[in-house]
Amino acid sequence: MTAPSYTRADFQTDQEVRWCPGCGDYTILASVQQFMAELGRPREEFVFISGIGCAARFPYYMNTYGMHSIHGRAPAIASGIAITRPDLSVWVVSGDGDALSIGGNHLIHTLRRNVNLKILMFNNQIYGLTKGQYSPTSETGKMTKSSPFGSVDYPFNPVSLAIGAEASFVARTIDMDRKHTQEMLQAAYEHKGSAFIEIYQNCNVFNDKAFIQVTGKEERVHNRVNLEPGKPIVFDGGAKAVIMRDGQATVIDSSSVDPAAILVHDPGRPDPAIAFALSRLSHGPYGPTPIGIFRNVTRPAYDDEVNRQLDEAKEKMGKGDLAKLITSGGTWTVDGSQNGG
Amino acid sequence: MADEIATADPSQTETQSLDKVVIRFAGDSGDGMQVAGARFTHASALFGNDLATLPSFPAEIRAPAGTLPGVSSFQVQIADFDILTAGDAPDCLVAMNPAALMRNLQDLVQGGTLIINTDTFDERNLAKAGYQTNPLEDDSLEGFRVVRVPMDNLTKEAVKDTGVSGRSVLRSKNFFALGLLAWLFHRPTEPTIEWVGQKFSKSPEVVAANVAAFKAGYNFGFTTEATKITFEIKPAALNPGTYTNVNGNTALAWGLITAAEKAGLSLFYGTYPITPASDILHELSRHKNFGVRTFQAEDEIAGVGAAIGAAFAGHLAVTGSSGPGIALKSEGISLAFMTELPLIVINVQRGGPSTGLPTKPEQSDLLFSLYGRHGEAPIPVLAAQSPSDAFVMAIEAARIALKYMTPVLLLSDNYVANGSEPWLLPDVDDIPNIDVEFAEHPNGPNGTFLPYMRNVDTFARPWAVPGTKGLEHRIGGLEKEAITGNISYNPNNHQLMTDSRAWKVANIANDIPLMEVAGGEDAELLVLGWGSTFGTIQAAARRARFEGHKVATTHLRYLNPMPNNLGTILHSYDRILIPEMNTGQLLKIIRAEFLLDAVGLNKVAGEPFKVAEIAEKIMEMV
Repeated sequence: MTAPSYTRADFQTDQEVRWCPGCGDYTILASVQQFMAELGRPREEFVFISGIGCAARFPYYMNTYGMHSIHGRAPAIASGIAITRPDLSVWVVSGDGDALSIGGNHLIHTLRRNVNLKILMFNNQIYGLTKGQYSPTSETGKMTKSSPFGSVDYPFNPVSLAIGAEASFVARTIDMDRKHTQEMLQAAYEHKGSAFIEIYQNCNVFNDKAFIQVTGKEERVHNRVNLEPGKPIVFDGGAKAVIMRDGQATVIDSSSVDPAAILVHDPGRPDPAIAFALSRLSHGPYGPTPIGIFRNVTRPAYDDEVNRQLDEAKEKMGKGDLAKLITSGGTWTVDGSQNGG
Repeated sequence: MADEIATADPSQTETQSLDKVVIRFAGDSGDGMQVAGARFTHASALFGNDLATLPSFPAEIRAPAGTLPGVSSFQVQIADFDILTAGDAPDCLVAMNPAALMRNLQDLVQGGTLIINTDTFDERNLAKAGYQTNPLEDDSLEGFRVVRVPMDNLTKEAVKDTGVSGRSVLRSKNFFALGLLAWLFHRPTEPTIEWVGQKFSKSPEVVAANVAAFKAGYNFGFTTEATKITFEIKPAALNPGTYTNVNGNTALAWGLITAAEKAGLSLFYGTYPITPASDILHELSRHKNFGVRTFQAEDEIAGVGAAIGAAFAGHLAVTGSSGPGIALKSEGISLAFMTELPLIVINVQRGGPSTGLPTKPEQSDLLFSLYGRHGEAPIPVLAAQSPSDAFVMAIEAARIALKYMTPVLLLSDNYVANGSEPWLLPDVDDIPNIDVEFAEHPNGPNGTFLPYMRNVDTFARPWAVPGTKGLEHRIGGLEKEAITGNISYNPNNHQLMTDSRAWKVANIANDIPLMEVAGGEDAELLVLGWGSTFGTIQAAARRARFEGHKVATTHLRYLNPMPNNLGTILHSYDRILIPEMNTGQLLKIIRAEFLLDAVGLNKVAGEPFKVAEIAEKIMEMV
């Protein structure tokens, strides 16, 4: 069978896209549709599961199978699909509130289990659908409707969280960089097990320019740190470099360091310490911020193991037999001729 | 130490025939009372008695040894006729320590047999149990037939050459007690010896010790003539066929596996461990060769979430829990209702609210099951009435969920779940198949797929599973436009969809068995029950009829929708009694739905009704 030939339009639905004009979600949607069209896998084999929030509208706009579920639960629902249907490609679309606040438990346990799910977390550092409260990734001190005196919440660093939760694939990309987004999608797709991608997504209504330090024309030159496997981590036109010092990833002037001392990026390191250190280079998108794949390692996927046990059980015990099942606790027979004494 | 079971002529003791007897094993939770009870039950089942059991154990895994909270017990009634409950009060009580005696003596019938492990009645244990004076030395045991047995010492002596040592030695004392009871009640010994051999086959010394203790207990009774009278209970005249002894959790798990096989689907069970539902997970996780996938989720919400995913993916999806966990699943159940996916939700009720009484039975989640969801979300609710009925109702839950594309809530409780009874096994080939038809082709104009185009008979929407070419579609929690399933905020559409969903569920009333009444139409009183009170109500009604009263009974297994003939039945009796292990939940519904002045008998004491309690109320009302 030849692979289907798709264009982006084949992955669009007839539903009117209802995000605010200028929302970063449009760009992400286009990137995902474009990526899937180029992948050439039958679209009926894709399932998109979302929770609640602006990002959660995503499945309605993807001409695949999908479910817009309940707040925070998408990884759990998607796990049920992945475990039962290894033939499908299951994607979770979530936001910073959905994935890290109400659904934090499901996210970390899904990553820990390494279920075959691709998790796209649109991080806009604000609650959009409920109209502008601070989120678990909002910066401390942020003034919002629910924090008129400034938020006193300390934010999560989503990449640190994912690495800490034993994720086998962790990446970060930016909504408006479609080429990079598609590269991350491709790498996530090829990864066996859970793949977590944090996507910096601009909410132009409630939190505009939150990512300006890594997206602004001027600013990104100084702050976007591209992680490229096998290459020394340098940025700012080569002026700055990242080295490991006292267990920390540290920015240093390239001119003041032996080139051999510059950290060479390797997302495949079995130990997550350096990937975690890189995630701490900045706690949010406010200074030099790594973009790319932090971690990409291979370990058994939960759902593959579940299905392996099933196959082994059938081989060892033979296919299930109901008559044997209900008599397995020992039986006795009452003879029709018996009168019970 | 005698190696063999004594077989000489037991003419020195008198054998008395009983039609039934209730026996309770009570001891510290580390004393193996559940095992002793289960083995006694098994031997009695194989012997051919009818029986019913009721275990009672503390929520603590190991409460401090010798204390009242640490007492664990197992009650079994065996009979030569068809009995319906584990009995109100024991005729024979085994007390392995002072705490067990303190806890259980009040229940023992006057003149009953009391078997006491005297070795544990030291100052320390007496104090822990709250005894000021030693009951073995005062007159507090007068009126009972007391059998004093130094079980610790006799067990030590019996197992001394078997290779077990240290603390393991006394682990066999439950088998000593079991052996003594095997003698006292003329139980066959082979099934227990065989079971020990299989169960502990990896540790030959444990097999040797348990068998030695068991035989020593038997022989102790025989040679010392521990009592002047032994008892025999002849086999019951049960319907011919093959039986097994089954508890409700196991039967329910087997029912789910059977339903999946009969539907041609794979079974998925998403859950989080909780007492008393965990044994369903344990049982299902053993049967991977049936294609059963069990998912021990991170929490209750993920359990139902994963099950919803599995349902969307085309599996027979089940989630199970007990009250507190069902509360957490509530939002998920509403999603399954809104997306109209087949899902079975099992609630093995326990004492509530909050953590409540985790190991005790109660029926207090009925209103919660019927109404405990946000929005207008009526779902079918079924209830198992006995351990073996859990098998039947699990299959029913699956049939309804799959046929009508709806979540179904199946109620059990700790009495059904952990109680056991002989089950006349069905021929599995006679169990009807459950027809499942996945959508495979577009059902709309121009090759479109309409996920909310309803079946004209059942009002079910089509089940199109991911991977099916051409049927790609999206569902979700937002209100759907009728037919297309697109998001809709249209006022008329919301009314239509709310009505459609409710009608779909209400219409199931035409697809369930009618209520059956036992006891005739000229009865003065109808006793209406639901769930695990079935056996007790039947036994109480039987007692009342024996006294010459005309009493009818009928029992609800379908609580939403209720069978079509329920109203007619209820209106044909002047007096209606509704016993429930709650404060009157079914009563409230019956009064509201049928405008009837029914009377409740309500008990929320963490224990099932006694037959006498219901019988007394019946007598009062006739």
